[in-house]
Amino acid sequence: MAMTFHCDIVSAEGEIFSGQIESVIAHGELGDLGINFGHAPLITSLKPGPITLTKLGGEREVFYISGGFLEVQPNMVKVLADTVQRAGDLDEAAAQDAVKAAEKALNERGADFDYSAAAVRLAEAAAQLRTLQQIRKK
Amino acid sequence: MAGAKEIRSKIASIKSTQKITSAMEKVAVSKMRRAQMRMAASRPYAERIRQVIGHLANANPEYRHPFMIDREVKRVGYVVVSSDRGLCGGLNTNLFKALVKDMAVNRENGVEIDLCVVGSKGAAFFRNFGGNVVAAISHLGEEPSINDLIGSVKVMLDAYLEGRIDRLSVVSNKFINTMTQQPTVEQLIPLVATADQELKHHWDYLYEPDAKELLDGLMVRYVESQVYQSVVENNAAEQAARMIAMKNATDNAGDLISDLQLIYNKARQAAITQEISEIVGGAAAV
Repeated sequence: MAMTFHCDIVSAEGEIFSGQIESVIAHGELGDLGINFGHAPLITSLKPGPITLTKLGGEREVFYISGGFLEVQPNMVKVLADTVQRAGDLDEAAAQDAVKAAEKALNERGADFDYSAAAVRLAEAAAQLRTLQQIRKK
Repeated sequence: MAGAKEIRSKIASIKSTQKITSAMEKVAVSKMRRAQMRMAASRPYAERIRQVIGHLANANPEYRHPFMIDREVKRVGYVVVSSDRGLCGGLNTNLFKALVKDMAVNRENGVEIDLCVVGSKGAAFFRNFGGNVVAAISHLGEEPSINDLIGSVKVMLDAYLEGRIDRLSVVSNKFINTMTQQPTVEQLIPLVATADQELKHHWDYLYEPDAKELLDGLMVRYVESQVYQSVVENNAAEQAARMIAMKNATDNAGDLISDLQLIYNKARQAAITQEISEIVGGAAAV
């Protein structure tokens, strides 16, 4: 049996997950990172994207988060997310529309165009789609 | 009929007051339930980020964020979270008492004080009491949004970063249960290390990307979430305190009414008895 450790996922709206897990894969600032038991202490900020938990017994669960922080201690992991959704709750059509809308906004920018806000929207929507693709792959 | 009329009008006025207080109680009950839910929702985040920060304060990072460095304390800042409305029992008074006590200790040591006040009751108190209020915000409403708070909190954070204050505390009521609210003064920055000292040896986190960038973001998030949580919790405490205060007021009004009713009945009976004896006396005289 694989070694397990405790994982908490919280967002400003509430606690999303708390329990023993075998591993977690998150989308960090500098790229994806996988964390198993006994990982060195680490703090990183997270980009919008999926978080994949492997729970006790190998069952997987995927969440979508819109950014936040991840803290690793030898025997636990904490995810402080801005917003979290269970991947199953994501709306693919809405995400695709959001991608299109954001791309369109980026292409035909007006005078009072907020580039960074649009880029963030695009990144979030693209990350949601990526999360959806990931759960479909399994 | 001595005073019977006065007593009757007094009873009527107390009855209408009772109606108001019992309505306020019912409103407070439903508002409290919502405020409690809001408080419970954001609590895990505030607690977890607090733990992370506690760990961080225990670590030995190569980059020390200004919030992690203990300076000699010459001037302290308080973020005072009070309610906007009154009629909530001793909630605000108890809070200010705890705060004034804490301030007195600082004054004795020659430490000066800056205040950032949330809620109009706090602003009114310090207008009378005196105190250097550098920022004030009120009328946040039932659902305070983090964006409304950020401005005044930033004033204090900037003051800390520029070295004008050397410590920042949050003063607010903790919601223990519906009957109890605990006024607390909690130090926010510099960070307070958590008590668990299992990790005594020198260790540090890996930071991704670099420590400075990461910690800057994390610290701001930390302070925001703590202040927001205090405001939400104070809101729940306010509604709970108001509920209890209004329940007491309604009960007291009921007692008062029954007492007055008794006096009124007695007065009425005495008047009737007197009238009868006067008639009887008059008839006997004829």
